[in-house]
Amino acid sequence: MTTEPGSDSESKQDQEQKEAAEKKEAATEQEESAEHQQADGVDGIPAAIGTSERKKLIGECEKEADGASGKLTVSQQEDHQAEDDKLSQKSSSSKLSKSPLKGAKRPKNMLCKVTLLDGSEHTCEVEKRAKGQVLFDKVCGQLNLLEKDYFGLSFRDSENQKNWLDPAKEIKKQIRSGLWQFAFNVKFYPPDPAQLSEDITRYYLCLQLRDDIISGRLPCSFATHVLLGSYTVQAELGDYDPDEYGTEYISEFRFAPNETKELEEKVIELHKSHRGMSPAEAEMHFLENVKKLSMYGVDLHHAKDSEGVDIMLGVCASGLLIYRDRLRINRFAWPKVLKISYKRNNFYIKIRPSEHEQFESTIGFKLPNHKAAKRLWKVCIEHHTFFRLVSPEPPPKKFLTLGSKFRYSGRTQAQTRRASSLIDRPAPYFERSSSKRYTMSRSLDGASVTENHEMLIKDSISASEVATGHYGAAKSLVSTNLITTVTPEKKAEEEKAEEEDKKAKTVITPLLTPAKHEIKTDSEQTDTTGPADGETTAESDQEDEMESKIQNSLVERIKGENVYVKHSNLMLEEYDRTQEEVVKHHANINEMKRTFLESTSETGPDEWEKRLSASPVRSFSKTDDLPMIEPLVPEETKADVGEIQQSKSDKQTVATSDTVMKDDGKLAKAEEERKEVDKEPTTSHSTLVTNEIVISKTASSLQEKTVLSTLEETIISKKGATKRDDDEGSLKPKEIPRQKGIEISDMEPAIETSMTKWKTGEEPMFTIATAHYFTETSGSRFLTKQSGSEVTSKNVDVSNLIDSARKQMDGKEWAAASSYSWVQKPDMNLDESPKMVQHEVHKQEKTMEIIQETMVMETQHGMNVHASEDASALCAKLAGVGRETLAEASKAHSSGDARGLSCMATVETKEDKKEEASAKVDQPGDEIVEGPPSAQGWVDQPEMAGKPAEKSETQPQFEPPVVKTESVSFDSMSKEDGKEVCTKDVPVVHTETKTITYESAKLDANAESDPGVLMSAQTITSETSSTTTTTHITKTVKGGVSETRIEKRIVITGDADIDHDQALAQAIKEAKEQHPDMSVTKVVVHKETEITPEDGDD
Amino acid sequence: MAGAGVYSHALVRGIPESLAGGALRRSGEGSGVDTARAREEHRLYVKALRVQLGLVVTELPADEALPDCVFVEDAAVVCGGTALIARPGAPSRRGEVTAIKKVLSDLGLKIVEMTDETATLDGGDILFTGKEFFVGLSERTNQRGAEILANVFKDYAVSKVSVSGALHLKSFCTMAGPELIAIGSSDQAQKTLMNMQEMSEHRYEKLTLPDDMAANCVYLNIPTKGHVLLHRTAEEFPDSAKEFGKLKDYLLIPVCNTELAKVDGGLTCCSILFNKAV
Repeated sequence: MTTEPGSDSESKQDQEQKEAAEKKEAATEQEESAEHQQADGVDGIPAAIGTSERKKLIGECEKEADGASGKLTVSQQEDHQAEDDKLSQKSSSSKLSKSPLKGAKRPKNMLCKVTLLDGSEHTCEVEKRAKGQVLFDKVCGQLNLLEKDYFGLSFRDSENQKNWLDPAKEIKKQIRSGLWQFAFNVKFYPPDPAQLSEDITRYYLCLQLRDDIISGRLPCSFATHVLLGSYTVQAELGDYDPDEYGTEYISEFRFAPNETKELEEKVIELHKSHRGMSPAEAEMHFLENVKKLSMYGVDLHHAKDSEGVDIMLGVCASGLLIYRDRLRINRFAWPKVLKISYKRNNFYIKIRPSEHEQFESTIGFKLPNHKAAKRLWKVCIEHHTFFRLVSPEPPPKKFLTLGSKFRYSGRTQAQTRRASSLIDRPAPYFERSSSKRYTMSRSLDGASVTENHEMLIKDSISASEVATGHYGAAKSLVSTNLITTVTPEKKAEEEKAEEEDKKAKTVITPLLTPAKHEIKTDSEQTDTTGPADGETTAESDQEDEMESKIQNSLVERIKGENVYVKHSNLMLEEYDRTQEEVVKHHANINEMKRTFLESTSETGPDEWEKRLSASPVRSFSKTDDLPMIEPLVPEETKADVGEIQQSKSDKQTVATSDTVMKDDGKLAKAEEERKEVDKEPTTSHSTLVTNEIVISKTASSLQEKTVLSTLEETIISKKGATKRDDDEGSLKPKEIPRQKGIEISDMEPAIETSMTKWKTGEEPMFTIATAHYFTETSGSRFLTKQSGSEVTSKNVDVSNLIDSARKQMDGKEWAAASSYSWVQKPDMNLDESPKMVQHEVHKQEKTMEIIQETMVMETQHGMNVHASEDASALCAKLAGVGRETLAEASKAHSSGDARGLSCMATVETKEDKKEEASAKVDQPGDEIVEGPPSAQGWVDQPEMAGKPAEKSETQPQFEPPVVKTESVSFDSMSKEDGKEVCTKDVPVVHTETKTITYESAKLDANAESDPGVLMSAQTITSETSSTTTTTHITKTVKGGVSETRIEKRIVITGDADIDHDQALAQAIKEAKEQHPDMSVTKVVVHKETEITPEDGDD
Repeated sequence: MAGAGVYSHALVRGIPESLAGGALRRSGEGSGVDTARAREEHRLYVKALRVQLGLVVTELPADEALPDCVFVEDAAVVCGGTALIARPGAPSRRGEVTAIKKVLSDLGLKIVEMTDETATLDGGDILFTGKEFFVGLSERTNQRGAEILANVFKDYAVSKVSVSGALHLKSFCTMAGPELIAIGSSDQAQKTLMNMQEMSEHRYEKLTLPDDMAANCVYLNIPTKGHVLLHRTAEEFPDSAKEFGKLKDYLLIPVCNTELAKVDGGLTCCSILFNKAV
């Protein structure tokens, strides 16, 4: 166990040194800080720089993974060089002595002192603007250490707290006014040291652990001290030699915080028994024993619980441990932790409900100060990422993000293990220098020799006295203020809704967002946590602070205290909520809103507001206020209340579930739009957010939640562990994508999958799988990541790949979703398994339907239709409509005042071209990444899809592509048919139906002349609260020409307020945009008017 | 570090006449204890340890002033050569530790005493799995006692679990193998186990027994015998005995404990087992 002693001081020597140096540089520091602020603040440009730098760094890391010796080249430094020079002139007198300039034009170098694990001090120079990575690499080079991801550099801040130096940030900005003095430490203690590749790595780990032991950070029993000591002696001195050694030979060794003669005698006794053991073996034994200690690798932080009781929070590989004294009083394994956040000096964790609990709970702890809270938060993020994730999550974009952008950017343990397995060098020779001896005046972390646990605890108490417990006071603030980490597994849909909400808000008050990152404050670091050396950058601190503040204000203005600010946060388990996405959301929201307003100007604003306010997500905010350590009030309850309140604002006083439904619809729309946006070729950032389909409704929020939580759980245990399958086995699809994502790029964290399941109020249940992949940032970046194991291609290809990959996933997801649905549409192919879809995709089938579908859905949303259970019924009814040619979209619909209008547009397309492209698709490997060619087919698609809906023409485009089809077995239909019957009956009873069909003669001929041979059929269905979209794709071969038909059925249910004509036009327009190479052959409008004055809303 | 069930020594104590009338019991009623029969059962128990399993058994004479003195388990926690002398939660039992302390000290164990007057701890609440400790916070053991235990056995994680509905944690939850926990099937027993699993990074199998009381069994790992389990007899708990019977490669030793059970005594209660080889 390691802890950072609150008052634990560095050696006197160091202190004095430090003080002297501080005086010396006082003037300089002031200047520096002034300049620093200038640079960082005000205009926001520096922020952007920071982002790009980070990206660069990541790129570097990835290169390393590839085997290159990734030294970080900080090209950004050049940008600052001028500044530096200026600075150096100002402060040259004081600085020169410290870091001699090599030349007038050369960047200024700083002398760094690094205390190594054997107690020696390594001195090296780095450029003043160098990032932590530069120094770290130098030190590792000096140590001849390749498995360096377990290690880090630490420094002491002005409060003598230990911080980890962030490799991705400039050293100067992190240490602030401190000395350029660091310590090399183990940051992540490998749970199984035997898995380390090299003895030299184990050696350094041993050195760290010896220091942990004698400093008292890693407590163990007398017997263990003896055993470990004996291995240490064996490793350093070799076999016991009665001639050479008396009983004094080990007296200079240190084995324990408090040594006794007895201990030494026992060590000697055991040492004798180790005869013949090599140093490496002895160290292995040492590690095998030490790793079993309960506090091994536990990074302890002092805190208080809700009642002001002193406790310790221990961060380790497996999760978060709560101690009172040394007694473990609680444990939260990473999979149980949904969210980690901190606010001011409070640290919060949101816990997944256990099997028998229904609700999540949030637990709060009080840390001594803000910096301690943040330090703990960062350590948690890092440990979680390192030990639990396959790859680190991408750093957030700075622009328009809320919350901290801090991420662990190094390798994860999984990655470093992989990399380690590739180490191919003869075991390096290294001298095992003396371990901690009495002659050493200090332990590495500066703790005095007598330091022990008790002391630490006392320290912590005093430290935490500062923190008092006005927990209650901050309640409303908490919800808005928190910088949180969201676990993606978490209610995906809720978060989504939240995000949408938020986004919408952002749009409404655009001013707030931009202001966010411009605000800079100071940041001071306080203590670090025990064992690991962490670095906190002041910069990020500031940002976090500011961001949270902004968030807060934003929220308050918009919504009052009720807004939940979750998204701004990091996610733990997956990457669903990355900042990138958030950014995207912003964009989407804008788009969404625009579309919304345009298409349904009549009802628009009200609906919009309604939906926003109705979002169920909001209810979560209360959780954050929780008193420490006490389980929160069930969120559901709160949620309900909140919703009810919200719905008051609704004119219609809709039921809660209805409100939710609307939100869902909104969400779906948003997602769709996002998709489109992503597809736009012009956007150089090839960020792809793929589908997020929101699905159905909730009768009661309680039910919904239950289902949700189950799902989430599954997601969390993505690692393949236990998937709990719920009502419907909708989990599977998710898993597949996930794996896919992993395959795509090992290094790439940006792919995420989330599945959302909602229950519908009236309908038995709708399950919709949401696949939501998204690839980060720029194409080039993506490339880099891929490079590790995959063949790299051109940028274009990459983006194409991404598209195609996404598509494939989409197809799968959709199919999966449909197959899991309880309520099935008449024309769905329920039997299609994800697998099959995949198969088809690989067989070069075009999956345009997805795009199309997406588009259509969007349109529907735009119409602002209210959801009703009639949708499915209508759909069923319409299923049988024949196909014809479309003349004009506008003509397509008769303007009806029908209460419930259902438009079914059947779009038939024929593809003549693209055969080549398709052919390429069937690459042997299914890996999305694999086939650049496969992307080819999609090149055009995204572009088309990306066009703004408004601009698109109404006229049908006929571009007959030829598609080569391969026979794919499909079976299905039977199921659907059965369903169809059922569904049909329901709505017919009270509706009046009118069907208008427009079809083009030309296509008609084609369609009817020859049935051809059916090669494959696929049905994809998506539903939202107000619309049901069914895409049916059939592939047939007629006389050697393959034809792909895509039929889309869109059922829109809504009030009279809706302009159906417009909605239909929009849908057609968008369909065409998305499938430019397909032609619309038939549009059938089927209207049903409810005879009874029932509202679409239920 | 000690493994689960690896014991070389046992400490037991006789049954005083005063037990029948003076021993504490959770429920006021209940039939009287047949002291003679209790002693016979105890004799067989000790015999199993000494003769059948070859442990070095130290038997302390009963103390009439201490009706509960047969339940030596509560008086100390021994692990890895260190004996933490308990401070029993029942004031009437505090005197029991004196003799125990002396014997353990004489046996060469390092003695640690609980000096904190606010701390209480019964050994029956301490479950050592071989990898870590669980401490039941019960009527007899409090937070402070648990903290002290945690400070004494530094090598191991010491996690607290709440105990309700039973006297001690081990009343319904004991080790039945190296990574096997015997647990009663009552709701609260199951809940406790779940809690324990959450608190631990180690994984355990569970052996669920229909009767909570049957889940109090004694697991030993004897070099010459392998896995050994002392458990309640089929006469007492037929259903649970069947479950024990399913254990493979175990030497099963049914032990009758009808009389002491009347005063909440289980099989583990009657001995302190430890390994002196450390």
